[in-house]
Amino acid sequence: MSSAIATPEKPVHKDFFHKAREARSGFRSLVNRVLSILCVTLAFLALIPLLSIIFLVLKKGLPLLTWSVFTQLPPAAGQIGGGIGNAVVGTLLMVGVALVIATPFGILSAIYVNEYAPYSRLANAVRFVAKLLTGIPSIICGVFAYAVIVLTTGGFSAWAGGFALAILILPTILLTAEQALIGVSKAYREASYGLGATNFQTIWRIVLPDALPAMMTGIMLAVARAAGETAPLIFTALFSQYWIQSLKEPTASLSVLIYNFSTVPFPHQIQMAWTASLVLVILVTIANVSAQIVFRKK
Amino acid sequence: MADQSTGIEQGGIKAFRKGPDLFRVLCWVASAATVATLAWIIVEITHQSWPAIRESGIGFLFGDKWIPNRGIYGVLPFLIGTAVSSLIALLFALPLGLSIAIFLSEDFLPLPIRQAIRFTVEMLAAIPSVVYGLWGIAVVIPLVKTFGSWAVVAFKDIPVLNTLFAPPAYGNSMLTASLVLALMILPTITAISRTALVAVPGTLREGAYALGATRWEAILGVIIPTAAPGIVAATILALGRAMGETMAIAMLIGNSSRLTSSLLAPAGTLAGLLANQFGEAEGMQVSSLMYAALLLVAMTLLVNMAGEFVLRYTQKRTAGIR
Repeated sequence: MSSAIATPEKPVHKDFFHKAREARSGFRSLVNRVLSILCVTLAFLALIPLLSIIFLVLKKGLPLLTWSVFTQLPPAAGQIGGGIGNAVVGTLLMVGVALVIATPFGILSAIYVNEYAPYSRLANAVRFVAKLLTGIPSIICGVFAYAVIVLTTGGFSAWAGGFALAILILPTILLTAEQALIGVSKAYREASYGLGATNFQTIWRIVLPDALPAMMTGIMLAVARAAGETAPLIFTALFSQYWIQSLKEPTASLSVLIYNFSTVPFPHQIQMAWTASLVLVILVTIANVSAQIVFRKK
Repeated sequence: MADQSTGIEQGGIKAFRKGPDLFRVLCWVASAATVATLAWIIVEITHQSWPAIRESGIGFLFGDKWIPNRGIYGVLPFLIGTAVSSLIALLFALPLGLSIAIFLSEDFLPLPIRQAIRFTVEMLAAIPSVVYGLWGIAVVIPLVKTFGSWAVVAFKDIPVLNTLFAPPAYGNSMLTASLVLALMILPTITAISRTALVAVPGTLREGAYALGATRWEAILGVIIPTAAPGIVAATILALGRAMGETMAIAMLIGNSSRLTSSLLAPAGTLAGLLANQFGEAEGMQVSSLMYAALLLVAMTLLVNMAGEFVLRYTQKRTAGIR
């Protein structure tokens, strides 16, 4: 009975809904496709600046990149020739100072935080402070080193620059060392205690050797970070036209050389800045890549 | 957290400790020193800026002139410059970073290509700030100059745009600095957003598909809302990074202490001010710069703490869904 009435209407309904649904799903899949294309395009767009940076650094930096660049002093204003030898030495030296200061504090803190008292108030404070320190602008490390060292010793020095960089990399070393310790299997620790080892023996002979490769990763990442930084150095280590004689005097660095030479009106100096950029990028990349390799071995 | 292998002093192991442990004391000292470092930084900078704080007090924040040789120190142009440059950078970097994060967490293209893009974005983070500055001088400044001289003519009669793009068009400008800044915070936004997107359980996506959602209906309706706190954290932490970024900005923004509404005019930021003036500063200027540094520390600490808390909240929340 009802089917007799419904029968003529049914195809009409079906047709109407079908069309509507088709139109809607057509629109939906169109939106879907457009958004997908947009998303992929934007992702590839991010490649352009990086490629541009790498291309320019190579194109403008390579012509002056010869061995003599590493053995000569920076050219004076308006002069041709010269190199970036003292800046390379200065950068390596100050990164070394930073490592010597920051590594013991970072690793010992990580051991306390993960091995001795993981749930203590101090451990939580250390984790929180380390996170906050990673967020502190690098120039603040410079300001701090200026206040603590430059103002008290009365001069700019490699010490001050190294100290500023140490503050900068301390949280990196600490947090990666903590992750390295977390990665050590608990069974090792228990086996060590089972054999009657003390805390110190367990940490020193069992935990640390196993965590060492991952800790090295953190240290290499810290080197990469410290080598590229400029802001902590411009008013702590300042710059120098000469080879470094002692850690107590102003010291050249690659990054500050780039900064200083980037604004001068002499084409040769600007080109030297590009060469220094190339050397710096290579240095930072080597540090980053070796960090990855050390980590993969683990 | 349960499977983390931490702690000698948990459970029965504590009983095995033999006597006082000197190494433990050493580790405690290092930990205490780490915590003290942050306090030391704040105390030392406050101490150094005390003469300026006593002299100009809160008025320092609202003074719109910075003329060291006349002893006038007002930090307002730099405060505004820091805020505006960071916000514009976010405006550019957020859509781009989020798109890349979505791209990396979806399967639009095969894994090797996605990994190549991910590697590229990570490379962006490894390039030193000063190299961005040098590149900005060579590439972005000419581009912005060209765009600027076009924009001042094109937007001459359009109400809001003609104040944002007012003549004369400089290359060293707020716009140049913000664009490069956007590039520099892109890795932060991408990495943290990607982590948040990947953490969304697959069952939620499958549920959306089962209800007939298209891919983007699932992304926009289910996945992004679930990952939202993580994306907010990424944005906040990127903002913190942007506010503290120094060298590229100091090389590109023109370092002017004049307040203008034009994005094509030189401006200044707190970090840029410190970078430019500390080397040759003396007396009251050092103290005033320390005061500016203190403000920068306060701002970045607040922003980063907010970001950390949101990130922690996110982790708790997604832990609940799993």
